[in-house]
Amino acid sequence: MAEAKKYPTPQGNPETAPFWEAARQGKFMIKRCTACGEPHYFPRSICPFCFSDKTVWEESSGEATIYTFSLMRKSATGPYAIAYVTLKEGPSLQTNIVDCDMDKLEIGQKVKVVFKPTDGAPLPFFTPA
Amino acid sequence: MTIKGKAYIAGIYEHPTRHAPDKSTAQLHAEVAKGAIEDAGLTKADIDGYFCAGDAPGGVMNMVDYLGLKVRHLDSTDTGGCSYLIHLGHAAEAIAAGKCSIALVTLAGKPRTGPMPPRAAGAEADFEAAYGATTHNAYGMCAMRHMHDYGTTSEQLAWIKVAASHHAQYNPHAMLKEVVTVEDVLNSPMISDPLRRMDCCVVTDGGGALIVTTPEIAKSLKKPLVRLIGHGEATKGPRGGKDLDLTHSAGLWSGPRAFEEAGVTPKDIKYASIYDSFTITVLMQIEDLGFCKKGEGGKFVADGNLISGVGKLPFNTDGGGLCSNHPVNRGGMTKIIEAVRQLRGEAHPKVQVKNCDLAVAHGTGGLLGVRHAASTCILERA
Repeated sequence: MAEAKKYPTPQGNPETAPFWEAARQGKFMIKRCTACGEPHYFPRSICPFCFSDKTVWEESSGEATIYTFSLMRKSATGPYAIAYVTLKEGPSLQTNIVDCDMDKLEIGQKVKVVFKPTDGAPLPFFTPA
Repeated sequence: MTIKGKAYIAGIYEHPTRHAPDKSTAQLHAEVAKGAIEDAGLTKADIDGYFCAGDAPGGVMNMVDYLGLKVRHLDSTDTGGCSYLIHLGHAAEAIAAGKCSIALVTLAGKPRTGPMPPRAAGAEADFEAAYGATTHNAYGMCAMRHMHDYGTTSEQLAWIKVAASHHAQYNPHAMLKEVVTVEDVLNSPMISDPLRRMDCCVVTDGGGALIVTTPEIAKSLKKPLVRLIGHGEATKGPRGGKDLDLTHSAGLWSGPRAFEEAGVTPKDIKYASIYDSFTITVLMQIEDLGFCKKGEGGKFVADGNLISGVGKLPFNTDGGGLCSNHPVNRGGMTKIIEAVRQLRGEAHPKVQVKNCDLAVAHGTGGLLGVRHAASTCILERA
């Protein structure tokens, strides 16, 4: 196993601070609009669908399926699997599939959230469930 | 209100260089501006509108000063590689509204000589930057899902590169002039699954420029008349992660807007310039523009159907970004230029489409699998 990859530290801002605080406790948060009921990711204070400001934080199950992926082989830091995964709650998001045999990844495969350390708050990734 | 027929492309210029370590980026902008102005038979003093994007050093104010222009209309819309297609549409709007009468659009830069500055980050940075989205893998993810949903194959994608290479052999300035086969493409190294090296465009220094003007001024000049009759623009992104679909682009929206304004359909098109940052870009755009149904792009592009004189939809007869030129990693400008050459009858005789009186120039900008824009221009020989 290669040395752990160094990931950038999330900069955070007043709008997203609760996400990173939760991440430090191992919780993966999404936002849900209480006006239209739609969840979204990455988190915004105003709903990107109905534009209501009645959005609330919600802990995600962290369970997802791979929507698509690509193994990036032309990388100075070694190959990595970029992907979009679709959360059980609905939203799809960009991530890397980590701690896995990258040649065995498949669209539709079940994955779950896993946090990786940075110099600040940890970052969410996904790994085969 | 429409821009249909209200603006003509009176001047075009594509810089012949593909590697320019001995020139500055601003200098390249000036050289392509000079080339387009001379092609039109005008002088710099005639220019009263200027359009540039993120590749222009210092932005629009600095470029206007550097070039020594005196203009009354400015636009620095930046949507990556399709900026110049959007500029063409916006120039037509400005001309139709009387805001300017002779607009200059320039693109230039040197990614082959040195690395490009990083993309500006938006609100998504903390939630995406760590995952290493690049052009290769952002387009790779689209191709992967397209194959999954529609059974598109690597062989079908390869035909797009093969067609581009057939055209590039006649372009003395093309970076890659060798004709390649489907097997050559399939045997090239995997870069980001399922895209191989030959699915990717070239990286080149260089640039290009346009002169857009009124019907009256265009008719007073000597070049064959080419006018814009329809324009569309749109953007697409993950939009909060709802109903993600990477198998279509914003071209699904920009295309119909342009065709509707022009009053023509994809069936009427004689030549298509379609942004070819990767083979998958072309395949998805052909579907989104309505040349075939969604999911049937693979079948459509196979067996040489994009080769001029052979297939039904001659495309990128200069060799496109896949073989000829992709200045500044922004392919929209050269798409317009080759479409104008075709409509003027100035393309290479081996690839010139007979009776070419209607063409589309279309492109995307940004990252197809993440956030991108698309713009479609319908051009007509007047």
